[in-house]
Amino acid sequence: MEPIQHPIPRRQFLKTSGGVALFIGVSGILPQLLSCDDSREVEKAVRSHRLTAWVQLTDDGRIIIYNPAAEMGQGSMTSLPAIFAEEMDADWNLVEVVFSPQEAAIYGSDGWSPDRKVMLSAGSRITSGYFSALRQAGAQARHIMLSSAAGHWKVPVAALRTENGKVIHDPDGRVITYGELVPYLSIPETLPEIPGEALKDPKDFRLIGKVLMRNDIPDKTNGAAKFAIDLRLPGMIYGVLERGNMHGAKPVLNNEEEILGMEGVVKIVPMDHAIGILASRLEEALAAKKALDISWGTATAAGYDSGEIFETYTRLAATEQGGEVITDIGDFKAASRTAAKTYSSDYLNDYVYHAQMEPLNAVVQVEEDLRGARVWVGSQQGFDEKLGVPELLGIAPENVQIELQYLGGGFGRRSMTDFVTECAAMAREVPGTPVKLIWTREDDISYGAYRPLSLQRLKACTDARGNLTGFYHCVVGDGGNLVASGIRNEHYDIPNQFAEWKETSHGIRLKHWRAVGHGPNKFAIESMIDEIAADQGVDPVEFRRKLMGKSPRALATLEKAASMANWGGELADGRSRGVAFLERSGSLCSGICEISVDRDTGQIRVHHFWSALDAGIVVQPDNVRAQMEGGIVMGISSVLKEQLTIADGRVQQTNFHDYQILRMDEIPDSVETALIDSTEPPQGVGESGTPLVAGAVANAFFSLTGKRLRHLPFSRERVLQALNS
Amino acid sequence: MPAYNLEINGERHTVDVAVGTSLLWVIREHLGLTGTKYGCGIAQCGACTLHVDGTPSRACVIQVEQVANGQKIETIEGLSATGDHPVQQAWIEAQAPQCGYCQSGQIMQAVALLRDNPRPSREEIKSFMNGNLCRCGTYLRIVEAIEIASAKTAAPDPSA
Repeated sequence: MEPIQHPIPRRQFLKTSGGVALFIGVSGILPQLLSCDDSREVEKAVRSHRLTAWVQLTDDGRIIIYNPAAEMGQGSMTSLPAIFAEEMDADWNLVEVVFSPQEAAIYGSDGWSPDRKVMLSAGSRITSGYFSALRQAGAQARHIMLSSAAGHWKVPVAALRTENGKVIHDPDGRVITYGELVPYLSIPETLPEIPGEALKDPKDFRLIGKVLMRNDIPDKTNGAAKFAIDLRLPGMIYGVLERGNMHGAKPVLNNEEEILGMEGVVKIVPMDHAIGILASRLEEALAAKKALDISWGTATAAGYDSGEIFETYTRLAATEQGGEVITDIGDFKAASRTAAKTYSSDYLNDYVYHAQMEPLNAVVQVEEDLRGARVWVGSQQGFDEKLGVPELLGIAPENVQIELQYLGGGFGRRSMTDFVTECAAMAREVPGTPVKLIWTREDDISYGAYRPLSLQRLKACTDARGNLTGFYHCVVGDGGNLVASGIRNEHYDIPNQFAEWKETSHGIRLKHWRAVGHGPNKFAIESMIDEIAADQGVDPVEFRRKLMGKSPRALATLEKAASMANWGGELADGRSRGVAFLERSGSLCSGICEISVDRDTGQIRVHHFWSALDAGIVVQPDNVRAQMEGGIVMGISSVLKEQLTIADGRVQQTNFHDYQILRMDEIPDSVETALIDSTEPPQGVGESGTPLVAGAVANAFFSLTGKRLRHLPFSRERVLQALNS
Repeated sequence: MPAYNLEINGERHTVDVAVGTSLLWVIREHLGLTGTKYGCGIAQCGACTLHVDGTPSRACVIQVEQVANGQKIETIEGLSATGDHPVQQAWIEAQAPQCGYCQSGQIMQAVALLRDNPRPSREEIKSFMNGNLCRCGTYLRIVEAIEIASAKTAAPDPSA
């Protein structure tokens, strides 16, 4: 449904104590109501949302801007308000930010669905999804400042301008701050759509593209920042669940009497997948959880072994039976038949776990009459902004309030709602009493939802001059887009391409993990490109240069990365470099790593990583650099160390001693990121670093040793195996 | 339930909890000092780092009765009244935190490092901080923040 393009009718503004809340709508906001002629319907909708504003101005000059996105360390708490404040021309020093209500019809982005607005902080689509809407809303807020000052001073609007939170009348030098204007604010009869040309010229940006200090960082250095796990409400009790380590298995509790007799235990809450304990104190809940004597039923996952399954996947890749077609350009089969040379390689990927530092948790209070609920949670939101709670409790969505908290890491795990509905189910048992549900780290690993295990079979063919004429990519695995994302080659000029997904199913819980399928698929693609280049004796950067002949933006990232890394320049003994390229969430990135290998232990060490990123307009350059640094560190961690394994259907790892992530003493000496200048709209950044690492490292390893690594993670055992092969 | 007397950030607290209750649950859930975080419960991640008599320690594996005999406990909240401890300021200058969940533990570990060794080398920093995990991967900026704090607070090297 197209947003309705016409002037927005006059709004009431909401007087709150200490100021005025301005409902500056976004064009197309509440489209179903805008098309309704009854102004009372509009007012009812405005009134039914207690806060329905993007910005609140207080008469002591503060400017409170609402952030519609989750803050999981990726900086949207700062970048989205900065976009709004830029066009409003607000004084950034007076801006405070709070989370908006979780009401998608008002605060959602229209980037997810043609039919409706969605609040979802995932896929690195927050900045791109809100950029023009927030610019528009900010410009409309500025328009209100100008027209209100014009009315107050009885001068034409055209004689006024704004500058950093002030309205200025140049003819006589009168100046008024936005805060001083509050008593005189009026909303014109119609709020015009601000045309693109009337938005700020990027050369006049004061905030966008500048280094801004993130507004949530101070509280994250002094213990004041609250995550949902930190909340303590009056009368609150604690919930924990025992879910076992075979996904989907059903529990039978054998010692109910004993558990009920334990200190502090309030109630046992049996569920399909777990036994829940409600207790007065956290330590009492955990003690009872430990004492549970549960008999577990079987599940789909029974007998499944994540090591042995690759044999099956290899056979599946080879069968004639096709999978779901993802790419079909030209005719790969024909190209293959007439090719001068063909190549074929398999790449394998184990499961990886999110390992976000804040274990999953939520706080829910169900009202005593069971007809309403309040939820406090660090969530990446979702297509259902009420996170499944209304459905679970059988109540109306408008009776569920979600109070969004900071996330101690998201990475895709927190857009699942399992931990929220579990908590609601527990809270329903004690209506009126808030329940804090905490997952232990063991719970978080055992009952995680992982990046799927997968196998990629790649085939390629070249003509007599060595040009790549065909590329075939089959991914075998469970999860649809979870394994298929990243398969498309949109920037390599390969005339015949075929890609398909062959589906498997094992009953293991799966989820988006930072960059989704791009990690495994770009590992396969970038490795295969290098294998072909090596076979032809062509430099890997040069080989990609030719492939990017029709993609100047991609080529610009490659040239920049090569220049930063001094590709082709001298290297110390025992060092080598590898290159990789990707596109993800609309941005393009080339990366180069420098590694060494300890041939006795099989330990790979990444010493340097250079990347050049074209992400369109960059709202917060330092924050983007931080995302690339962090993403590359997470990439190195998952490529060298991370492996979640399943034996006889049971998750084998239990905590950070056996699921190891990268530590401080394993980081590169440097991670450098160049941001390519662009005037294109902002694109996603948060997932553009991680998927570069596997291909770059594998390619550097080949350069150093002449051996290929084809199974992620590149554990020491696998490295030694490759070296000795 | 036994009662334990604790001294935290210079203040006395008395808590009624079962023997063996972890200090982490006591300070977080009973006393509301939630700046110290739960990450793993087995001293593998460092999110629960606080100081006991100045020594950086993992609260998740300390039992309350072990620190109820006059030990001085210092948490992130006690570093400064207004968040302006030099290490905290360096953390802000470097824009080190991302999600922020591990950062209290990182800062407490860093403060202990700089008290003992005001001019650590980069290798010494990495080694001392190695027990503190960061999934967001802010390690490079943590190192930078520690170097900033060290440069600002260390006395000039007399041999330089």
